[in-house]
Amino acid sequence: MLLNAFLIAIREIRRNLTRAFLTVLGVVIGVAAVITMVTLGRGATASVKEQISSLGSNLLVLRPGQGFGPRGPSAGVPLFTESDAEAIDEQVAGIQAVAPVVSTSVSTIYLQEARTGNVTGTTQEYFEIGNWSLKEGRYFDDEEIKTGAAVAVIGETVRKELFGSADPIGSKIRLKNTSVVVIGLLNSKGQTGFGNDQDDTVVMPISTLQRRLVGLVSKQNVNQVMISGKDGYPSAVLVSDITALMQERRHIRKGMSDNFSVFDTRQIADAVSSSTQVMTTLLAAVAGVSLLVGGIGIMNIMLVSVTERTREIGIRLAIGARAREVLLQFLVEAVTLSCVGGLSGITLAYTMCVILSKVISVPFTFDPTINLYAFVFSAGIGIFFGFMPARRAAALDPIDALRHE
Amino acid sequence: MSQETLIELHDLTKTYGVGDASFQALRGIDLTIHRGEFVAVMGPSGSGKSTLMNLLGCLDTPTSGSYQFEGIEVEKLDTDQRSLLRRHALGFIFQGFNLLARTSALENVELPLLYRGYSRKQRHEMARNALASVGLPDKERNTPAELSGGQQQRVAIARAIVTNPDTLFADEPTGNLDSKTTTEVMELLCRLNEERGITVLMVTHEDEVAAYAKRTVSVRDGLIEFDRINQSRPLKGQH
Repeated sequence: MLLNAFLIAIREIRRNLTRAFLTVLGVVIGVAAVITMVTLGRGATASVKEQISSLGSNLLVLRPGQGFGPRGPSAGVPLFTESDAEAIDEQVAGIQAVAPVVSTSVSTIYLQEARTGNVTGTTQEYFEIGNWSLKEGRYFDDEEIKTGAAVAVIGETVRKELFGSADPIGSKIRLKNTSVVVIGLLNSKGQTGFGNDQDDTVVMPISTLQRRLVGLVSKQNVNQVMISGKDGYPSAVLVSDITALMQERRHIRKGMSDNFSVFDTRQIADAVSSSTQVMTTLLAAVAGVSLLVGGIGIMNIMLVSVTERTREIGIRLAIGARAREVLLQFLVEAVTLSCVGGLSGITLAYTMCVILSKVISVPFTFDPTINLYAFVFSAGIGIFFGFMPARRAAALDPIDALRHE
Repeated sequence: MSQETLIELHDLTKTYGVGDASFQALRGIDLTIHRGEFVAVMGPSGSGKSTLMNLLGCLDTPTSGSYQFEGIEVEKLDTDQRSLLRRHALGFIFQGFNLLARTSALENVELPLLYRGYSRKQRHEMARNALASVGLPDKERNTPAELSGGQQQRVAIARAIVTNPDTLFADEPTGNLDSKTTTEVMELLCRLNEERGITVLMVTHEDEVAAYAKRTVSVRDGLIEFDRINQSRPLKGQH
């Protein structure tokens, strides 16, 4: 009986290809829209989170002045000293590592290649705090910091632009007037969520940079201090402890506004990812509307054809079909169309996700849950509205079904 | 012609609606029909002839009275059992043809066979034979929209006889046809009655059409007005 119902249902679908197509289309659009939007939204959230965590986990940044962004300190605001960094390390509880950062922008030359880029002078802790890892070579050591050795670790962008396919390790590059040996190459971290290229970097011992590139004009030449907290120490506590210490060291009295600020990257990460989550939810809502519209489309097609289908049921009953055979046929029809639509929708969504994730460069992750939800919802609408009118019609006496107007 | 009883009605009534708004379409019909008869049920609109036909064809259920078909008490059957009775013993022809739209003549004729579980090959062969016997062997690929009214009704007749039913019910089979195709269809029904021994029950309000039948039952106001054997039937091609 099931096989027979299947045969009859397939005949009906073939007979009404336009109706079948429109039903399927409703399901396809609904499923594809929801899956695509949600998948891309989640991809965007994941990518933002990943970029932020690449800055370093549990990372605090002490910067001069108020405000946030890649611009320099406002005029008149004093920078920090290396002893500020030491004080934080010694006096604040729960500190994992502290790295003072002196940065400047100089021209970098290797053979015929020249570029201008950011040069960072710091200690080895910088690599640990910033989640850096070595691709080749080594970091500089304590001895080299003490002596101010002319060595540098470079980022992937610098290597690509200066060296091309040549091996950078052991080569000498010229920074301003100083010749420096490349001792290490960092693994790529890509762009930050704010659009700056983290790989465009040359890292040197802090003493080398101070002595040879910027000149030791003042002790207050540390642009920022990077701090990582130990696991289990809430970053809010660290922020307030560091703030209190720095207020004391920079002689900020009660009522005066701070001339420095402490950024908590985790807080920023949370804020950014919660805003992308809002976006995802919004996209999902938009997609939900298209799912609903798709559903109404299915409903429409089914209801429009109900008169014709009621007569069809009448004919089938008159020539000796049992009500349950007719119902089974309609159920098989509805399930077949809905499943075909649902699977096409998933395929379409997959294709669109793969293409779009390349175009807008967010990672693509296949999420079975949302696929399942979208499929079940659309298929459910298709089955419900395909089946309900049939159920009503099959309960009629055949003669009433035949007379249906 | 044998005198085996096929249909027996006793005091059959049918009431539509309830209470004051109710309408008694049949007010007590007694009728006996034997196997192999060709009966025309006549009467003006609202006389109850179509109601009687639908009850006889098991498409509708009586309010009271008894109906025996081949000794089976039809009024005691449930919906499914009546479906099976229709499937195995009855064929239907309607005024409006009731063919499935956008479906070829062959597939329309095959429809009852689908519910009987014949193989694809058997279905095709039986449907082709049925179409040939109604004179449409070359129209099996055409859909109803591509056929004339007479041709559509002949496809409907092919669908009704493809299962070799005992009894054929025809509800105003010529109601939508012109006089030429009316003759064609009526001659086809006569031939099926005579050559295959199929009992034919036909509702009509036209005397010329009723004249093809061997017996006329006239219904008026829910009761049988008269029941007579037709003396002069039009002969083939003389109408």
